[in-house]
Amino acid sequence: MKYFIKKIITLIITLLFISLLTFTAFSVIPGDAALSKLGVDASPEAVERLRAEYGLDDPITVRYVRWLGNALHGDFGQSYKYETMTVAQLLQTRLPVTVLLAVMSFIIIIVVSVPLGMLCARFSGKWLDVVITQMTQITMAIPSFFLGIILTYIFGLIFKVFQPGGYVGMDVDFWGCVGYLVLPAVAVALPKIAMVVKYLRNSVLGEMKKDYVKTAYSKGNSVNQVLYGHVLRNALIPVITFVAMVVAEILAGSLVIEQVFSIPGMGRLLITSISTRDYPVVQAAVLYITSIVVIINFLVDVLYQLADPRIRTA
Amino acid sequence: MKKYNYSLIIGLIITIVILIITIIGQFWTPYDITGMNSMLKNQPPSLTHIMGTDNFGRDVFSRIMNGCGTTFFVAVCTVAIGAFFGIIIGSLTGFYGGILDEIVMRVNDVLLSFPSVLLVLIFISFIGTGKYKIILALGVMFIPSFARIVRSEVIRYKSQEFVKSAKVMGAGNIRIIFVHILPNTVVSLLTAAAIGFNNAVLAEASMSYLGLGVQPPDPSLGRMLSEAQAYIFNAPWYAIWPGVVIVLIILGFSLISEGLRAIRN
Repeated sequence: MKYFIKKIITLIITLLFISLLTFTAFSVIPGDAALSKLGVDASPEAVERLRAEYGLDDPITVRYVRWLGNALHGDFGQSYKYETMTVAQLLQTRLPVTVLLAVMSFIIIIVVSVPLGMLCARFSGKWLDVVITQMTQITMAIPSFFLGIILTYIFGLIFKVFQPGGYVGMDVDFWGCVGYLVLPAVAVALPKIAMVVKYLRNSVLGEMKKDYVKTAYSKGNSVNQVLYGHVLRNALIPVITFVAMVVAEILAGSLVIEQVFSIPGMGRLLITSISTRDYPVVQAAVLYITSIVVIINFLVDVLYQLADPRIRTA
Repeated sequence: MKKYNYSLIIGLIITIVILIITIIGQFWTPYDITGMNSMLKNQPPSLTHIMGTDNFGRDVFSRIMNGCGTTFFVAVCTVAIGAFFGIIIGSLTGFYGGILDEIVMRVNDVLLSFPSVLLVLIFISFIGTGKYKIILALGVMFIPSFARIVRSEVIRYKSQEFVKSAKVMGAGNIRIIFVHILPNTVVSLLTAAAIGFNNAVLAEASMSYLGLGVQPPDPSLGRMLSEAQAYIFNAPWYAIWPGVVIVLIILGFSLISEGLRAIRN
């Protein structure tokens, strides 16, 4: 129990720290909201008025507390660029798209890499292992956005099985949206599959050297029984921590891939907001993404602890 | 029979070939990299233009030769920044320990749990875009991983015999760290540097692809890819070659780091 309380307190402190960092970082950058909205030709009085309206003249501590209080209620203020929309509304439409994309890539990664990793370990040193290992080495070197472009070219322009840029909204046609996201998800997943395969393979091979494997063999179990009944479970424990890293990577990968396939998710929102200096949106997006990463890490820590109680004492 | 370290050899060959082409590309290219020619728009690869031409009729090979320079420049600078500060922070915290070590390592843990592309994206949103800003952002992002490696190595060595005997002979702490301990960490550092190179190349290409990295007129492979995407139907080679070169650079360095790891074990 003490372990969990400690973890939760660390989580809260980290989240607060992130929010403070995000807020101050955006407060010190030159060029403020009022100016960027009205343009450099605006009269000083008009800029002053808008500043007062946005509350930009208050001391920074007041602004932080107000901003955090509002953020906790899901209110991130008004977007400078999309005048009719609040930041919260923008995030509400964009976040599910990215989450769907990330979940799809995650499923692809697990479904493909666990069997492949086991195969490699089962036939380690044989041609199958060598071929898969070399393939993973190469796929790891392919940047996901380049892979996305290649996939667009092959499937969109040569085989014409999907329409590049023809994204359909999730609320309009959910399965159509899922269908469109398959290729982007593959582009995000492929380099990570390589990482997980390699890691799982080494983890299984490490376990195979242990005594309990010999015991299991001596009891008359077959190779497959030992591998799937005994080794896999133990080998997956270190993989859990690794998967946490992969989840964060998936999120980062999705941000870039959205640009390749013109998917209106968090990534595109973040990138357009950075280039248009739409700071309330950037601030909220950064806070969301970092919080998600931190919370995932927290959940994985807890999961890891449940899977292997030995680390609690460590 | 001697077992060759194939990873290291192949990695070095790929990297050295690209490096030579890149260095030549900084002084001489087959065609002017800005020379536009509307007669030669979107030409497929041929004997005169071995990687074809782009939508302005510029030679893709020449632009890649030159653009690799930016890629390597950014990668070298970021790894240098990351390694320099990482070594200082890692060796001092590892050697002295204490509360400062605890704090620095907690911050490190948090930073390391974020993917580098994401951190750089966030950092760029604070400081803006451009070649030197991307170097700054990436360099700062790489400090934690170097610091962690150096720290664990320093802790490993600091209680060993040769350090104790150095101390008996009257060597100061700073001398022990930099003269006695650090030379032992070279192989680990080189591995980390090779991985760092990879991440830097990848992150720079991603940022430039997104339009948030290297800005014109500096040439960049990532930006070539984003420009090429619009013409992929008419000129697929324009997108494929810069991508292939990025893949080769990354593959070269990851093979090198694989080979170095084999040496260390």
